[in-house]
Amino acid sequence: MSTTAAPPPTLPAPGLRRWLRAEITTSPTHARLQRFYFSWLRFRSNPMAMIGLIILLGLVLVAIFAPLLAPRGFNAQSLDHRLLPPSATNWFGTDELGRDIYSRIVYGARITLYISSLVAVIAAPIGLAVGTTAGYFGGWTDTVLMRINDIFLSFPGLILALGFVAALGPGIGNAIIAISLTAWPAIARLARAETLTIRNSDYIAAIRIQGASSLRIILRHIVPMCIPSVVVRITLNMAGIILTAAGLGFLGLGAQPPMPEWGAMLSTGRQNMMGAWWIAAVPGLAILFTSLAFNLFGDGLRDVLDPRSE
Amino acid sequence: MGRAPATVAAGASPGARWSTLGRWARAAGRQIGSVLFTLLGLLALTFFMGRMLPIDPVISIVGEQADQATYDMVRHQLGLDQPLYTQFWIFIRDMLTGHFGNALFTGHPVAQDLARVFPATIELASFAIIIGVGIGVPLGILAAVYRDSLLDHAARVVGLLGYSSPSFWLGLMGLIVFYAWLGWVGGPGRIDVFYIDVIQPHTGLMLVDSLIDGEYEVFRNVFSHIVLPGTILGYGSMAYISRMTRSFMLEQLGQEYVIAARVKGLSRWRVIWRHAFRNILVQLITVIALAYAFLLEGAVLTETVFAWPGFGRYLVSGLLAGDMNAVLPCVLIVGIIFVALNLIADALYRLLDPRTR
Repeated sequence: MSTTAAPPPTLPAPGLRRWLRAEITTSPTHARLQRFYFSWLRFRSNPMAMIGLIILLGLVLVAIFAPLLAPRGFNAQSLDHRLLPPSATNWFGTDELGRDIYSRIVYGARITLYISSLVAVIAAPIGLAVGTTAGYFGGWTDTVLMRINDIFLSFPGLILALGFVAALGPGIGNAIIAISLTAWPAIARLARAETLTIRNSDYIAAIRIQGASSLRIILRHIVPMCIPSVVVRITLNMAGIILTAAGLGFLGLGAQPPMPEWGAMLSTGRQNMMGAWWIAAVPGLAILFTSLAFNLFGDGLRDVLDPRSE
Repeated sequence: MGRAPATVAAGASPGARWSTLGRWARAAGRQIGSVLFTLLGLLALTFFMGRMLPIDPVISIVGEQADQATYDMVRHQLGLDQPLYTQFWIFIRDMLTGHFGNALFTGHPVAQDLARVFPATIELASFAIIIGVGIGVPLGILAAVYRDSLLDHAARVVGLLGYSSPSFWLGLMGLIVFYAWLGWVGGPGRIDVFYIDVIQPHTGLMLVDSLIDGEYEVFRNVFSHIVLPGTILGYGSMAYISRMTRSFMLEQLGQEYVIAARVKGLSRWRVIWRHAFRNILVQLITVIALAYAFLLEGAVLTETVFAWPGFGRYLVSGLLAGDMNAVLPCVLIVGIIFVALNLIADALYRLLDPRTR
């Protein structure tokens, strides 16, 4: 019955939300968080992108908790239970060695994430370094670097990756190197374009007059400006990267059996697929959902960060 | 050279023509230079791939037990004792004159092998591009015209699935469903064993050859083999082509001339067909040329799934056998085809689009 019904302004959730919506920001961190929050609101209103994000988060959780989620080890064989169709005990059936396909798919999420994150970690810095250097210095540096870039771009990704794997030898590590070698040129091109738009701006000139070296300008002032668009591009390319990695595994040139890599699972499942469709169907669906999730998520991210598209 | 002063009107005309010609020549020169540089780069990259091998190619031929004299002899025969730039020069010469050497895994010269396998891939890729264009272009136009309708959303989902699904998996599932379960299509390979050698290889394209010989039964058999791999390969390009068509079309339909034409009383489809579609034709050709080039990439996986005796399967067999003699020319040829198709698309663009003149 008291009249002090007005809620105190320090309640955590509304308070935080109000702070994020504040019309006047009080610090750079505040402004950055606010921009992030507004982007998140825009992203959240896109249901397809949210589906992509949820699938990806689920994939990460599956990869982290694989030993808890998988009822059996990914290489636990049971020759009495070969080629069993999906059932209550083996959700996705068993393969030609009696291994539980569900368990292998769960562990396979780790390999897929391992490949895709390593490719991102290798390809993004190379692309950023080449692109920003070419864009910042211009002239001959630009011409030479971009010509090299064009040569890499004049092969379709899978063919180039195949060539590199042929030279390096099959295996998951070499597949990652080969895919990274095919993934950097697109990033370099993007980073160059971004650099060209900012290299003549006043703040760069101001830093240069203060005597900053080119290396410092590129690393501290140009690269950070390129990172958002590079992140979007990597996310969008991730679907293709996953398909290429699975393709290499399928051809027997990427991850090697008995590793539960989805593409390699499809390849070994081929011999028995006519009688046991689930061996081929399930790993392919896993690849499809992952690459679909990256496409949806990437599209949503692009709409948020670049409102001109659409 | 400065521009000639425009003193006399009669003299300015040939001068202007010469300067236009000069501009063309300079543009052509730049284009040729850039193509030559790219070609050299392709050669350097494939050469580098060939030298990256972690295994000593000499040992893989003579074996671990060979004495020093044998080792040196084979090394000399392979040209590996030459300095690197000489090796590169020999590599360029051999590649450009078609002396690819023998493929170790088939025992035939690589050039001869490639001539044998390429028609199969051309046939598959052409079938696929017909599917891709035949469905992709109308779908893209309809999606743009009926924007945000059910059809537009359906087209987007179909396209998204096309981008996201692994083509080799679609192939496997297609074989399970349409070959093993339903029996609607022929299985792996280009033709049933029964029909091999019934038709003469006029063009190497079995669909065409069987029609030339009037063997309609063979034609039906070949068609039942190509329809599944061709459609699955074409699905990817259909997704790409319909997406691009939609966005080109939307750009045109948003322009004022479309409204003006409608106001003048032209029917909706007449405007779409005679005006908007005409205007996107040039861009569309570029996209289709690119899509065709990407089919070569898709063919590697599709041909492996369907045991299609084409270029992609040859490349994969070479890869699995670790046969760089066969792999390098294949990679190089794909690169050259890619550059050539890009160049053709570019030239068509210049030729057909009056604004680039």
